[in-house]
Amino acid sequence: MKMTLDKLKTGSTGIIKSIGGEGALRRRLLDMGLTPNTAVMVRKVAPLGDPIELHLRSYELTIRQADARKIEILEVAE
Amino acid sequence: MSITFALIGNPNSGKTTLFNQMTGSNQHVGNFPGVTVEKKTGPVRGHKGVNVVDLPGIYSLSPYTSEEVVTRDFLISDKPDAIINIIDATNIERNLYLTLQLMELNVPMILALNMMDEIYGNGVAIDIQKLEEQLGIPVVPISASKNDGVDELTHRAIKHAELKSLPKNLDFCCGYVHNAIHSIAHLITEEAKAAGLPLRFAATKIVEGDQPVMEKLKLMEPERDIIQHIVDDMEFHLNTDREAAMADMRYAFIENICKACVIKVGHSKEHLRSIQIDNLLTHKYLALPIFLGIMLVIFWLTFSVIGSGLSDLLSVGIDSVTAAVDNALSNVNVSPALHSLIINGVFAGVGSVLSFLPIIVVLFFFLSILEDSGYMARVAFVMDKLLRKIGLSGRSFVPMLIGFGCSVPAIMATRTLPSERDRKMTIMLTPFMSCSAKLPIYAIFTAAFFTEYQSLVMIGLYIMGMIVAIIAGLILKKTIFEGSPVPFVMELPSYRLPAAKSVMLKMWERAMDFVKRAFTVIFIATIIIWALQSFDFGLNAVADTGDSMLATLGKLVAPIFAPLGFGDWRAATALVTGLTAKEAVVSTFAVLLGASDASSVIPLLSQMFTPLSAFSFLTFTLLYMPCVAAMAAVKRELGGWRSAVLVMSFQTLTAWIVAFIVYQTGMLIL
Repeated sequence: MKMTLDKLKTGSTGIIKSIGGEGALRRRLLDMGLTPNTAVMVRKVAPLGDPIELHLRSYELTIRQADARKIEILEVAE
Repeated sequence: MSITFALIGNPNSGKTTLFNQMTGSNQHVGNFPGVTVEKKTGPVRGHKGVNVVDLPGIYSLSPYTSEEVVTRDFLISDKPDAIINIIDATNIERNLYLTLQLMELNVPMILALNMMDEIYGNGVAIDIQKLEEQLGIPVVPISASKNDGVDELTHRAIKHAELKSLPKNLDFCCGYVHNAIHSIAHLITEEAKAAGLPLRFAATKIVEGDQPVMEKLKLMEPERDIIQHIVDDMEFHLNTDREAAMADMRYAFIENICKACVIKVGHSKEHLRSIQIDNLLTHKYLALPIFLGIMLVIFWLTFSVIGSGLSDLLSVGIDSVTAAVDNALSNVNVSPALHSLIINGVFAGVGSVLSFLPIIVVLFFFLSILEDSGYMARVAFVMDKLLRKIGLSGRSFVPMLIGFGCSVPAIMATRTLPSERDRKMTIMLTPFMSCSAKLPIYAIFTAAFFTEYQSLVMIGLYIMGMIVAIIAGLILKKTIFEGSPVPFVMELPSYRLPAAKSVMLKMWERAMDFVKRAFTVIFIATIIIWALQSFDFGLNAVADTGDSMLATLGKLVAPIFAPLGFGDWRAATALVTGLTAKEAVVSTFAVLLGASDASSVIPLLSQMFTPLSAFSFLTFTLLYMPCVAAMAAVKRELGGWRSAVLVMSFQTLTAWIVAFIVYQTGMLIL
């Protein structure tokens, strides 16, 4: 089964394999540095369960669960 | 010789702080033509003929948001003499991504490496000379908030603009992407020249599949085929698509630069502190109570303590000036009409409008702090889920909340929303949040008709406003704002202490903005309504408002409200005067019903309304177009009367429909 960013547990890190989606959203994800082979850590889930807070390229980014589902990752063993 | 700089950078890079340091308070704020994107211009202090334009904070030059499109169009067609690209040195990797795109625009460019105080404070070292070599543009380390290095930046930027030296090193691509860019550049040299686009920029954008650039180039069929072939070939070899290939290429280049130029030692203090603050402020259970607590304190301070105190002071001042002028006018025996114009028109009108000023100043003081400290992004993070269903993001939450206090600052606060679509939609929905000026109306009517359920009816009205906003949002999302919303991919910047200067300037800017409007649009509108109220159509002053032009107009439009249960001309008239300020509805009823004061209106109202028609009237009052001060704010933020009039019509129509449904359903049930 494909591992996607939304399934990553809080506190764990994954390596991006590919970015799905299209148009403005996909471009924005790429522009913000979510490119293949980048390490991403899930720092937090918002109090209402969505969106999530990510840590990558030494800064914090927030995206929605539905969009995180479009990002395929490789989980990094602890 | 005159020089114009374009100041560009990511949001939260300290761009506005730098702009303020360079220009002082001498700034001109406007919009880019046709869009609600703000454009600030100001002369650089101490350098005659040198101006700087503050462009929107952006992350990339993609064709997807109006901010990015406006920026690239400005850089290409207005040709500034130099770009000052400010980047946050503590977040250098992502910030340089925009830098690489700006370098392709064929404009002399200089890099301002901001937040260097934090870099030094954490023992991080950045090899400035090496960075200059690798990027091929001058790099000046600065600390905008401490005003360090800003003078040197200005000097070097001026020198650089005069020399007209273009970015030297554009070959940050390699391998297949490199080949694709160069082959395409070769192919489109003529077309790019004809379209007035920088060649390298055009070629890169074609590789990315940028539609607007493709259209501008007006390529022929065979060329398009070759381009497609080149791109297909690149995608095949890299095993990825064109957009990802470009982003990947840029980030790979940046990673190499950072490896060579930045020596890092662990996490920075500021970053760790930020994470700790966030552990509390976006805590699973504490985040919402803390947010509500902060907003409550701000509301309380704004509307009860500081704001109202200042308002009272201001009105004492206005009253004494009014009384003095009143006396003086009586002494010199001016005509009664002129006397009334000055006292009841000019002074009363401007006075009521100026009473908003303290609230705006105080509220924007707090809002600037929330914004500049980085907390506003966290509010968006926490609240996003609630607003998503109606096609907005968490960013719109605070302006809407402020709408419960006053629509004017709420609408003005939409300016900090990062996308044009969200700004427009928030402006349209915010007036449905019942503002505090409507409370006196609710109080009088509920006292007259719903004595037992007074608070229930009031709460019901507030909830109705929110429900209407949700329904209207859903409809807007499906109609005029159809299509994919701007993605919610938002940076959570590190918490920083807001710079006092920035907060003060923002407060000053908003206050001036409002005062300017108070003395133009709002002033004229109040005078018109005063004239309508004081004269008949023969332009004779009337003693009884019932004979005035306004009353005649009220009688004319009254039938429109008949299906809502209040076809009485006095109700229509009150609604019109309510446009100067909503609480005027009450005083108009008092005058028209011959009551001596507001409280004696209560028994008289029951002769005019039934409980049902009273509720219908309250519904209409809740939802119909906001007061002139709010209208002027809408006009300012949407950038024109046309859209402002459309928004007003939309709101009034919504009010009519909802009140109609309320009254007619009520008639069926009761």
